Amino acid sequence: MTPAPSAISVHGVSHQFGDSGEARHVQALLDTSLEVVRGELLCLIGPSGCGKSTLLNIMGGLIAPTTGSVTVSGKPVRGPLPRDLAFVFQESALFPWNTVFENIVLGMTFQGVAKAERRDRAGRALEAVGLLDFAEYYPAQLSGGMRQRAALARAISLETEILLMDEPFGALDEQTRMVLGEDLSVLLSRSNKTIVFVTHSLGEAVFLADRVAVFSARPGTIKQIITVDAPHPRKPSFMTAPKFHTLRDQLYGLLHDEIRKAMSETAQARRRYDQAGAAKIDSGDRT
Amino acid sequence: MNSDGRATTQQRLLSRLMQIAFIAVLLLLWSLATTVWGVSRILLPNPLNVWHQLVEVVSSGAFIPDLKVTLGELTAAFAIAMSLGVSLGYSISRSRFLIKVFEPLLAAIYAIPIILFLPLYVLLLGLGPGSKIALGATISFFPIVLSTIAGFGNVDRRLVIVARSMGANDLQMFRHVLLPAALPVILAGLRMGFTVALLSVIASETIASFAGLGHHIVDLAENMDTARMFAYIVFVIAIVAFLNAVVSRLERWVRWR
Repeated sequence: MTPAPSAISVHGVSHQFGDSGEARHVQALLDTSLEVVRGELLCLIGPSGCGKSTLLNIMGGLIAPTTGSVTVSGKPVRGPLPRDLAFVFQESALFPWNTVFENIVLGMTFQGVAKAERRDRAGRALEAVGLLDFAEYYPAQLSGGMRQRAALARAISLETEILLMDEPFGALDEQTRMVLGEDLSVLLSRSNKTIVFVTHSLGEAVFLADRVAVFSARPGTIKQIITVDAPHPRKPSFMTAPKFHTLRDQLYGLLHDEIRKAMSETAQARRRYDQAGAAKIDSGDRT
Repeated sequence: MNSDGRATTQQRLLSRLMQIAFIAVLLLLWSLATTVWGVSRILLPNPLNVWHQLVEVVSSGAFIPDLKVTLGELTAAFAIAMSLGVSLGYSISRSRFLIKVFEPLLAAIYAIPIILFLPLYVLLLGLGPGSKIALGATISFFPIVLSTIAGFGNVDRRLVIVARSMGANDLQMFRHVLLPAALPVILAGLRMGFTVALLSVIASETIASFAGLGHHIVDLAENMDTARMFAYIVFVIAIVAFLNAVVSRLERWVRWR
C-alpha cells in the first residue's frame, strides 16, 4: 500500500451549532479545505470563535462535520482514531485521581497497548518531557506548566503519527509558554510527528510552525497559509531574527482586520440574542 | 514544631477541655436535681442509678435480641435503598432529559416528611420488621438517588472527551472516568442515607412495633422503669455514634483507594 500523500485531508468542511433560525445558531466553519503534510507542524490561528478548535475536533473525529469530509492517512474519519492521533487540550484534562504515571499508563490502556510495554513507554515519555522525577505526583500537586508537560507525555506515549494540540499552552504565563515552546520544537526535531497546533499567539505560531493557516472571522474559513522556512529545533535566538519579525508582522496584518470583524460580529450576535430573549418575555413565552 | 502549630494544638486541647467541663456540669446539675432539689425519681432517675443499669444491661447481654432486630432492619433498609438509589440514579444520570424530568421531582418528594407513610406501611406490612424496613428504605433512598444523579451527572466533560479520544470503551469509561469522578459525591449521599435509615428505623420502632431497641425503650417508659430506660437511651446513643464512626471511616477508606 502506498502511503497517502497527506497526513490529514480536509475537504469542504462546514459546521454549524444549533439549527438555522434558532437564536443560538452559530455557523462556525464554512467550506474549509486543507492538506496537512506529513511531518509538518501546522498552526491554526484566528480570532476567537472562528472555528479553529472546531476544525481540530473534526479532524480528530470528536465532532462530525455538518457537511464535508476528513481523511486521516487516507482513511475517512467517522469517530475517534486513538491509533492514528492523540490530543493535547488547553487544560491538561489529566485524571485528578491518578498520578502522572498512572495517567500515562491509563491512556495506553485505553488505546490498547500491551500491558508489558506500558511501563517502559510511560518512562520514556516522562523522560522526554523532563518529568521523570514527578511520576508519582498527582496533577493538583504540579504547576500549570508541569501539568501540560504531563499531558504532552501522555499523548507522546500513545506513539501516534499525529498530534492535535488545542491551545495547549494557552492557560500558561508567557515565560512558561516560551520554554515549553522551545522544548516542543526540540521534541519535534527528534520525531517525525505531524502536529496541528491551535493557538492565539502570533509569536508562538511563528516560532513553532512550518506553516501557519490564518482563519477569517466567523463563519471561519482559511484565509491564507504562510510558510515559516526555518529548521527545527528552533533556538530562542530565532525570536530576535529579522525573519521572525517579518513573518509575525505579516500575520498581524492578516489577523488584525479579522479580529475587528469578529468583535463587531460578536457584539451584533449578542444584541440579536438579547432582543430575541426580550421578545420572548414580551409575548409571555417563558419556556 | 513551629509556634503556630503549638498554638492550634493548645487551642484544640482547650476546646476539648471545655467540652468535657460542659458535660461534667450537666451531669452535676442532673445529680443535684435528683438529690438536693427533689425532682421525682420516676421522671428523672439518679445518674448513678442509670450507670448501674447501663452496666447491668451491657454485662448481662439483655440488649442482644433487640439490637439484632434493629440492626437487621437497618441492614435490609439500607441495602434496598442503596441498590435502588445507585442503579436508578445512574440510569437517570445518563440522559440530560431524564435528569431534567426526575431530579426536581425526587428533590420535591425528599422534602416531604416521609414518616407520614409509616401508618400505611404498618397497614400493608404489619407491625413486624417489614414496615420498619420499608420506611427506612424509603427515607434513605432519596439522598442516595439524588447524590448519585449529581455525581454521575456532573462529571467534567473534558475528561470524558479525552478518554474517548484515547479509545476508552464503555466499561473503561465507567471504571476509570465516571466512577472515580462521581464516587466522592455518591459516598456523601450513602453516608447521609445510612444516618437517616438508622434514625427512621429506631423512630418507627418507638411508634408501632413488637421488638427492637426503640420498642424496648418505649416499653420501659410505659412500665415507669425510667432508670433502665435512660440506660438504654445511652446505649443506643453509643451504638449510633459507633456506627456513624465506622461509616465515616469506611467512606474515607474508599475515597483513598
